[in-house]
Amino acid sequence: MANVKTVQSQGSAIKGILGKKLGMTQVFDANNKIVPVTVVEAGPCVVTQIRTIENDGYTAVQLAFGAINPRKVTKPEAGHFAKAGVTPRSEVAELRTSDTASYTVGQELRADVFAAGEIVDATGTSKGKGSAGVMKRHGFSGIGASHGVDRKHRMPGSIGNRTTPGRVFRGKKMMGRMGVDTITTQNLLVHSVDAEKSLLLIKGAIPGPTGSIVFVRSAAKMATSETAGA
Amino acid sequence: MNVLDAVDAASLRSDVPAFRSGDEIKIHVRVIEGSKSRIQVFQGLVIRRQGAGVRETFTIRKLSYGVGVERTFPVHTPVIERYEMVRRGDVRRAKLYYLRELRGKAAKIKERRGIGGAYIVEDVISTPVKAQAPAVEVVETPAVEVVSVQETAVETTPEA
Repeated sequence: MANVKTVQSQGSAIKGILGKKLGMTQVFDANNKIVPVTVVEAGPCVVTQIRTIENDGYTAVQLAFGAINPRKVTKPEAGHFAKAGVTPRSEVAELRTSDTASYTVGQELRADVFAAGEIVDATGTSKGKGSAGVMKRHGFSGIGASHGVDRKHRMPGSIGNRTTPGRVFRGKKMMGRMGVDTITTQNLLVHSVDAEKSLLLIKGAIPGPTGSIVFVRSAAKMATSETAGA
Repeated sequence: MNVLDAVDAASLRSDVPAFRSGDEIKIHVRVIEGSKSRIQVFQGLVIRRQGAGVRETFTIRKLSYGVGVERTFPVHTPVIERYEMVRRGDVRRAKLYYLRELRGKAAKIKERRGIGGAYIVEDVISTPVKAQAPAVEVVETPAVEVVSVQETAVETTPEA
């Protein structure tokens, strides 16, 4: 159980699946237009646990995905997977949904939980940028390139006042480690689904590098296909 | 990107002749007007071919009533119904932008003969493309085609 993510969105028929981002390419749609797509190897996932109101105070489905050497699984984790009757997986995530009745522990999910034309949100871990300055990290404007600016071109400028308050406010945007954040891109269109290879072709970009784990689930804001497919 | 080769393979077409810059080709473009689709032939000189795989594009240039017209297409686009080789050109560079400044005889390109030239010309590919659902009820013009109509310095403005 590398990192248990809890998805906050709740709703009746929220569907979701864990997958691996394989990268981006382009395909032609029915109108012969080019569609940029991110290819996600979605699943096969297994249901390892079902959260209920009685036991847990909320309803959710715990999904597991990804190959892992069974030797590297801790005893508690191994027991958890054994209880579900599945082989150990590397990633575990919870899908908050009220529709737990349609899931059974040990059930296998593949990309065909989604159909072409559906609107989804994709959660991933963004690429790490290392230590980044304020211009890159927070979009500051920097200081002028000329007019006598002296080696301060990408600096933040003033970070506060004077004796009052005499300190820098907490949360002041400064340089620092950038990236490796959990980012959700909302309202992406599922362009097509390859059930055989368990691939999702999702229009647009998904956070994170190729090969990273992404969590695809039904759009929280349930955008219509007109707004996202434009 | 090898992981995605299988995904891309579905978009690639197998009937693309081996053309390069300097070749004169004829392309049969599907044009959709209202709900009707018709074929428009565009014949000209390939002045650029760039990219690889499903992203590969080429630019074809012709003179239309004394005005240079360039169109850029993805090589594998289903918009092109079929390719036809007209003649091979003997050129020494990959990008023939210099032709934009030339007119008449100066803009002529020698025909490439012999191996790599003549024998491929007979290999005119005229098989229809793969079974592609005919685009229905599309109002707009096909996607990534760039039409720039200019007298001299032709600049292409890629869209889509």
